Amino acid sequence: MPTEILMPALSPTMTEGKLARWMVKEGDTVSSGDVLAEIETDKATMEVEAVDEGKIGKILIEGDTENVAVNTPIAVLLEEGEDEGDLEGFSPSKVPAADSGSEDEESDEAPASKEPRIETRAPHDAYDASGEIPEGTEMVKMTVREALRDAMAEEMRSDDRVFVMGEEVAEYQGAYKVTQGLLDEFGPRRVIDTPITEHGFAGVGVGAAFHGLRPVVEFMTFNFAMQAIDQIVNSAAKTRYMSGGQMGSPIVFRGPNGAASRVAAQHSQCYASWYSHIPGLIVIAPHTAADAKGLLKAAIRNPNPVIFLENEILYGQSFEVPKLDDFVLPIGKAKIERSGDDVTIVSFGMGMRYALEAADKLTKDDISAEVIDLRTIRPMDMETLLASVRKTNRCVTVEEGWPQSGVGAEITAQIMHHAFDYLDAPVLRVSGKDVPMPYAANLEKLALPHVDEVVTAAKAVCYRD
Amino acid sequence: MARQTTKTSKSSQGTARKTASSAKRTVKFSNESLQKFYRDMLLIRRFEEKAGQIYGMGLIGGFCHLYIGQEAVVVGMQSAISDDDAVITSYRDHGHMLACGMDPKGVMAELTGREGGYSKGKGGSMHMFSKEKNFYGGHGIVGACVPLGTGLAFSQKYQDNGQMTLCYMGDGTANQGQVYESFNMAELWSLPVVYIIENNEYAMGTSVKRSSAQTELYKRGESFNVPGEQVDGMNVLAVAEAGKKAVEWVRAGKGPYILEMKTYRYRGHSMSDPAKYRSKEEVNKKRADSDPIEHLREKLLADKVYSEDELKEIDREVKGIIADAVEFAQNSPEPAPEELYTDVVA
Repeated sequence: MPTEILMPALSPTMTEGKLARWMVKEGDTVSSGDVLAEIETDKATMEVEAVDEGKIGKILIEGDTENVAVNTPIAVLLEEGEDEGDLEGFSPSKVPAADSGSEDEESDEAPASKEPRIETRAPHDAYDASGEIPEGTEMVKMTVREALRDAMAEEMRSDDRVFVMGEEVAEYQGAYKVTQGLLDEFGPRRVIDTPITEHGFAGVGVGAAFHGLRPVVEFMTFNFAMQAIDQIVNSAAKTRYMSGGQMGSPIVFRGPNGAASRVAAQHSQCYASWYSHIPGLIVIAPHTAADAKGLLKAAIRNPNPVIFLENEILYGQSFEVPKLDDFVLPIGKAKIERSGDDVTIVSFGMGMRYALEAADKLTKDDISAEVIDLRTIRPMDMETLLASVRKTNRCVTVEEGWPQSGVGAEITAQIMHHAFDYLDAPVLRVSGKDVPMPYAANLEKLALPHVDEVVTAAKAVCYRD
Repeated sequence: MARQTTKTSKSSQGTARKTASSAKRTVKFSNESLQKFYRDMLLIRRFEEKAGQIYGMGLIGGFCHLYIGQEAVVVGMQSAISDDDAVITSYRDHGHMLACGMDPKGVMAELTGREGGYSKGKGGSMHMFSKEKNFYGGHGIVGACVPLGTGLAFSQKYQDNGQMTLCYMGDGTANQGQVYESFNMAELWSLPVVYIIENNEYAMGTSVKRSSAQTELYKRGESFNVPGEQVDGMNVLAVAEAGKKAVEWVRAGKGPYILEMKTYRYRGHSMSDPAKYRSKEEVNKKRADSDPIEHLREKLLADKVYSEDELKEIDREVKGIIADAVEFAQNSPEPAPEELYTDVVA
C-alpha cells in the first residue's frame, strides 16, 4: 500500500504551516535523507526529508500553499514493487482535527473532579527527640567545629568512598579549621585541596557521586556556591528524576552560610530558602554541636544530594555531645528545644540563638514560649510544627535570610493552610531586613534579626504589651 | 585532512609543540571492525531520520537535536574503549546512547515520553542515562557535562580500577568557563579522561569564527598542558585511530587528552531551526563531499569487504530495528500518573 507523507510539525505548538515548495516532482525516485520539500512557519524553515525509499506517486498539496494543517497527507510515496496502478482507488486519509488525539487523552487523564473543599493534614503527634540520646549516655563538651570534623572523620574511617574536597581543606586545615587533622589521618587521596573553581569542583563532585563515591564538598562559604549552583540544582538535584531513578547523586555540599561579622553584602547571605525550593535536595541547618555531628553523619550516608548549612559564628560555640561510637540523627525531624504553651517560636541554625534568648526574656512577662529547631529545612517536619501550633495557637518564625519567599513565608503558608482554625493571631516573621548586608557595624546590627524583635513579635501574637 | 597535533609535557614547561603527522592510517582495521563501524553509523543515521520524522508527526515533543552527519565521531571513539569505561555528553545525545549499546527501543520510547523509555518518560531527548551501559547522560546545560565527566574520571582514578571516561562536548561548549576549570583539575590530578570536542562548526546558529577567538579548538588545553589533536571527524577510521592513541595516553596514566573532531551537522540545531545562518550549498557540499557513511560504504565495496547485496541486507536489518523501535515507542503507554512523584529523592 502506498505510504502517505504527512505535513510535519516544527515544534509541539505548531498546528499549521506553509508548504513552501517541493524539491521533487511526481515520478522522482527518492531515498532516505533526500530533501522532499520545504515548509515554513512564522519563525522557522524546515526541510522535509524522505525517511523511506521509493517513488513520488502523487503530490497532494502543491507548493506555495499556506495554512496546511500538521499531519495532512501532502504526497504519496510508492515503495519497492508498487507503481502508479497502486494509486487507483487509494484515497488519502482525512486531516486529523488539530490536537484532537492528545486532548482526548488528556481529558481521559484529568484528575477526577473533587469536591471543592480544603484538605488539611490530619493532626499528628510531634516528633519526640528525647529518645535520640539513650539515657545515661556520657556527654562531652565540644564545639560545633569539632563535632563536624569528628562526623567526617568517623564516616571516612568506616567508608572508603567518602572523601572531602574543597578550597583549603587539606594543607591549610580548612579556612575555618573544620577539616583540621583530616589530611594527616587520611592523606591527600581523600582530602583534596581544589583550585578556586567552585563551579568546576562542584561538578567534579557530582560526577564522582554518579560513579559511586560519597563526596563531601566544602564551600569556603555558601556565598561562593552561587558560582556552582547550576551543578547543584541541575546536575545533582534533578538527575535521579531525569534518569527514572537509575542514578542518584549521594553528595554533601557543606560550609558556612549566612552572615558572619562585618563581611558585608557578598559574604553574608543565607541560602536556606533558595535550596529549600528545589525538589531532589535535602537541606539541613543545625544549631547545636550534637545535631551538627549526628546530622552530618546522616547526610554523608544519605543517597541524595544534601545541602548542609553551617554558621561561622556557631563554629566556636560549645555544646554537649553524646559520647557514642556512632551517633546518627534522623533527617527531616524537628526538635522541640524548649517546651511552652503560649506561643511557638520556630527557627533553625543561627536563628535559634535569637529564638532561645527571646524565650528566656519572655518568661519575665509570664509568656511560655515553645521553641522548635527545624534542623532540616527540606523535607520540613510540618507535623511537629503543626502539633505545636495547635497547642499554642500562635507562631513566630525567625531566620537571618530575607523575608520574601523565605523559610518563614513557607511556614506561614503551611500553618495558614493546615492550622487555620487553630490560629488566634496571624503568624509573624522575624527575618533579615530586605536589604543587602551593610558593612557599618550599626547598620549590620539593624539588618540582622534581633532578640528584641522576636520578643516583640511573640508579645504581639499573644496580644500582650 | 592533515592532522595537527600539539604535544606538551611538563618537561617542556608547558609550551605547546606542534608536530605534523601524515594522514595515512597506521592502524589496520579488521573487516569485522569496518563492518561494525558501518552498521553502527547507519543505525544512528536511520534512527535520527526516523526521530525527525515522528517529531514532525507530533509524537516527540520539546527539543530534539539530531546527530545526522556526526555519526563517525561517536562510532569511531567508542571503538577505542571498553564496556566498563564511562561515557558522558551534552544534549545532542541519541547517537552516543546507541553507540554505547543502549536499546533503540528504550531510547525512542524516551523521545516519545513513554513508560518504556530509559528514564520512564521523565527525562526526554536531552536527559537519558543507562547505568548498565555506563552512559552518564544526556545533559541539557551546555558545559555541565565537562566537570561531571571529569568527576567520573576522578572516581575511576580514586578507585584505581583502570577505567576511563570519554567526555563529549560541542564547539559551543568549548567557550564555557567550567570547561577550563575541568581541564585544569584533570591535568593537575592526572585524571583518565579524553575530552572530545565535536566541532560541527555551529553553536546553534553562531559559527565558531563568530564565537571563538581561538578557532583551533584542539589548542584549548595548551595553558593547562593538556595535549590536543585535531581529527577529521567525518572519517570514522581517522577518528578510531586518534581515539586509540588518546586512550593509550590516558591509560598510561599521563592524564587527560583533547581531541577536536572536525565534523558537521546536516540538520538544524534543533527541529525548529531558521536555517538562515548557513547556505544550503554549504550543507549540500559537505554532505556530498564527506558524508561519513557514504565514504565508508564506498571503501567497503572497493575493498570487497561487502558486496552491494550484503550492504542492502544491512540496510534492511537496520530499517527493521528502527521500525521495531518506533512501534515500541508508539505503543508503550504513557507513564502512570503516580510516576509524577517517584524518583525525586531516594
